[in-house]
Formats: sequence, C-alpha cells, structure tokens
Amino acid sequence: MSLVRIIALIQRHLYLYQRSLPRIMEIFFWPLMDLLVWGFITVYFQRFNIGLPRFVSFFLGALIFWDILYRAQQGISISFLEEVWSKNLLNLFVSPMRPCEFLAALMTISVGKMLTAGAASALLAWIFYSFNIFLVGISLIPFVFNLLVMGWAIGIISMSAILRYGQEAEVLAWGLGFLIQPFAAVFYPVSILPIFVQPIARMIPASYVFEGMRAVLETGAIPYESLMKAAFLNGIYLALAIRFFYYNLRIVKEKGLLLHRGTE
Amino acid sequence: MGLRVIEVNHLTKLFGNAVAVNDISFSVEEGEILGFLGPNGAGKTTLIQLLLGLITATAGEIKILGIDLIKDREAILSQVNFSSSYVSMPTSLTLWENLSVFAKLYGIKNHEGKIDSLLTLFEINHLKDSLTRNLSSGQQTRLSLAKALLNSPKILFLDEPTASLDPDIADKTRTLLKSIRNKSRTTILYTSHNMKEMQEISDRIVFLDQGEIIACGTPNEIIQNFEEENLEDVFLKIARRKVENIE
Repeated sequence: MSLVRIIALIQRHLYLYQRSLPRIMEIFFWPLMDLLVWGFITVYFQRFNIGLPRFVSFFLGALIFWDILYRAQQGISISFLEEVWSKNLLNLFVSPMRPCEFLAALMTISVGKMLTAGAASALLAWIFYSFNIFLVGISLIPFVFNLLVMGWAIGIISMSAILRYGQEAEVLAWGLGFLIQPFAAVFYPVSILPIFVQPIARMIPASYVFEGMRAVLETGAIPYESLMKAAFLNGIYLALAIRFFYYNLRIVKEKGLLLHRGTE
Repeated sequence: MGLRVIEVNHLTKLFGNAVAVNDISFSVEEGEILGFLGPNGAGKTTLIQLLLGLITATAGEIKILGIDLIKDREAILSQVNFSSSYVSMPTSLTLWENLSVFAKLYGIKNHEGKIDSLLTLFEINHLKDSLTRNLSSGQQTRLSLAKALLNSPKILFLDEPTASLDPDIADKTRTLLKSIRNKSRTTILYTSHNMKEMQEISDRIVFLDQGEIIACGTPNEIIQNFEEENLEDVFLKIARRKVENIE
C-alpha cells in the first residue's frame, strides 16, 4: 500500500471542498436542520413534563450520534459518487492505484467529514440547548469509533452497489442508512420494538451504541459489554463489506462495466 | 526485430453468449505506433480495456513489458498510461491540481517541473490555475494527454485522442506524439475513426471486425490487400460488406 497515493486521493477531495460552498454547506446543513427542528420539538415536549428523565439529553445525544454515523457513511459513498459524476473513475483505475488504497483514502475522508459534522452538531447543541455531548466522558471515543466503523461498512456496501448497478443505485448513498435507523434504537430503546424485531436490532452495532449512550447519560456507568458486542459485530460487517466491494469489482471487470461507470 | 513490449496470445472475451474478442493474437514492438481500426462494435475499445486490465479476459494471455497482466497489473500500470476523449478529469479542480494529484498517483518525484513542461508542450500553461470546467473540449483533451504523459510511459493507450480537437491542434498533437515516439521510443496504441489520421500516424494497423483481426500490416499493405486507394475505402468496403451479408 502506498501512502503517497492515498494522500493524493485525499488531496483530490480537499481541493474539491476548498472551493465548493455547496459541498461544505451540505456537511453542516442537515445537522443544523435536524438539531433545530427536533431539538425545539424536544424542548416543547419537555414543557409538558412527559415524565421521562433527561429526555432532551437523550434526544440531542441521539441526533448527534446519528449524524456521526450518517456522515461516516456518506464520506465513503458520496466521495465515490464524486468520481463517477466527474467521469474520473477510469483515470483512477488505469493508474497504479490499488483498490485497497482507494478504500483507505475514502475511509480517511469519511473520518474528516464525520469529525467536522460531529463537531458542528456538538457546538450547535451546546449553543442552542446547553447540551454538552462530552458529558458521556471517555466512553465518547469507543462510541464514536463504533459508529464510524458501521458508517464505513454501510458506505462501502452502497458504493459497491453503485459500482455494480450504476447511477440508478445512487439513491442508496442517501437512503441505506435510513433503512437501518428504525431498528438501530436511535431514539428509543430496543425493548420498545416488537418482540420479533428485537433480534434484528441486536444484530445492528449502532443499537448497542445508542443504548450505551443513554445508559451513560442516565447512570454514568460505561456499558463495556455493549461496546464490545458493537465492536465485534462491526468487525464482521466491515470485513463482509470489503469482501462485497472486491466481489463486485471482479464482476464489474468480468462484465466490462467499468467503462460505463466511468463515462455514464 | 525490436523488443516486443506487448504480446497477446489467443485472447478471447465473451459477454454472456456474445463474442466481443475472438481468439486474437498479436504483438507490438517497442517504439511502434499501432492503430486499431474497425467499425463500431468491432472490439477496439474492449481490446484496449483488456490490455489495461479494466476487463477480465475469458481466455488467453496478455504480457506487457514482459509482465503477465493477471499476475502484476500494478507494475504494468505504473509504466503505461491512457487517454480517451470520453473520459474527463475532475472539473472542479484546476489543471495544475489535477495533474498534481495524478503525478502523485503515478509516484512521480519533483513533479512541478514535469507538469509545467507538459502544460507548455500542449500550449495550456497559461490556464494552469483555471478550473477544468472552464476549458473548451479541445483544451480538456490536451489536459488528458498531458496527464497521459506525466509518467513518461513506455506504452501509451490512446482512445480517439483527437476526436474533439480542431484540425490545427489535432495536427500538432499527431506531430507531438510522433516526436515523443522518436525521442523516447514510446509505444503507442491508437484508435480513431479518422482514416487519414490513422494512415498518417500508424506504422502498422490492426483491422478488427466482429472481434476478429481481419487484416494486419502497414497502411499501404492493407490498402493493397483490399485493392483500394486509401484506408477510408477499405473501411467502407468492410462495413458495407457486413451490411450486405446481413441483408
């Protein structure tokens, strides 16, 4: 693996973002909208004293963590789409760049996007609602890391589908994360879900993170077991996602689709 | 006989039941300019993609610079390059930024001087800080050619490189490619639908039809074999014979 080539691929995206206001805005726009709309709704509900302790904290924490996961995923899938949109894919794949270097670059870009969006969300939550995400303390690091890895796995799967099926699969770059959201215990505990859906939730690493976050905010105790389960599942899913990418790359080469993906 | 830099043996590519390339064999020597000619769907683009490893062959063997393409594609790709009028470079980057990114991808050290000299060579140095999206299609083609020469490739794959160039720049580009070949013994594989251009630039031509090589030789040899006056007439003869066969 060549570090220079990975840096070159990252630099290509930094050049893109440094002069594209719409792309920069896109990183901040949705976290801001989510926090404003859902944050004020939460505060409004709180006034009716619905009897749920730390209701605002739970909700705002969930919003920030969800955005971290979503940005990590988009860091991969949207960055890949940038290459498709600019018809640059063939130039990359006829260069000595290895697929693993391409993946490593996209993962690094994803970390950058996630940190930027996460920091913006945390700052806005503090400004508007005096909510401090750092209340979760040192466990913030394994929480964020787990969300990042899950975001990578979803991003790589959606990218692989776009590589295989073309721009008609583009909707996955925005929608695949939301397909998981109802079962990921983002805003409510797994126990709220119907019994037959709960095993699905237990297979989603993010459900342990969101339940863990609520536990930390409620009791202060770090749920190490949940974090370990999330990390274990994430390891499996990331490995499967990477395997899925290589499988699709092989199929695309066999079917001669790379030219279409690079010029469509 | 010169050094063989490309050796293709019994290469076949099937897409399902459709035969795109049918058991073809040929070799290319160092410093040779080889033109691929043929009607649409003849297999030219598929063949170039097979040689670049963008498509996996169904059967056969490809050796480039003595290296088996399947065994070490990356080692080959660092010594070759590609340009096509159908492939763009990121339009939100400046010319210099684009070339800088690709120079790093090809592992070129101290690339600033190389980029400057290529931009000067293609007469687009004054545009180096312009966004690629602001270039005319001819200027974009020249940028793509500059990218293709960044790593001083031993083999250059060019898919219709002059398709969007005006006659003046197209002529300059051909002259330039010949001069690069003469100076650094670069092998060039070339596709174009411009018969005059193919006749002018190619040392040898491989005529493809329905995935098979139907003629191979110098432009003059091919013209004589088909008893025509020029390559365009040869092309029309083959294309119309195909239509008559279908009818």
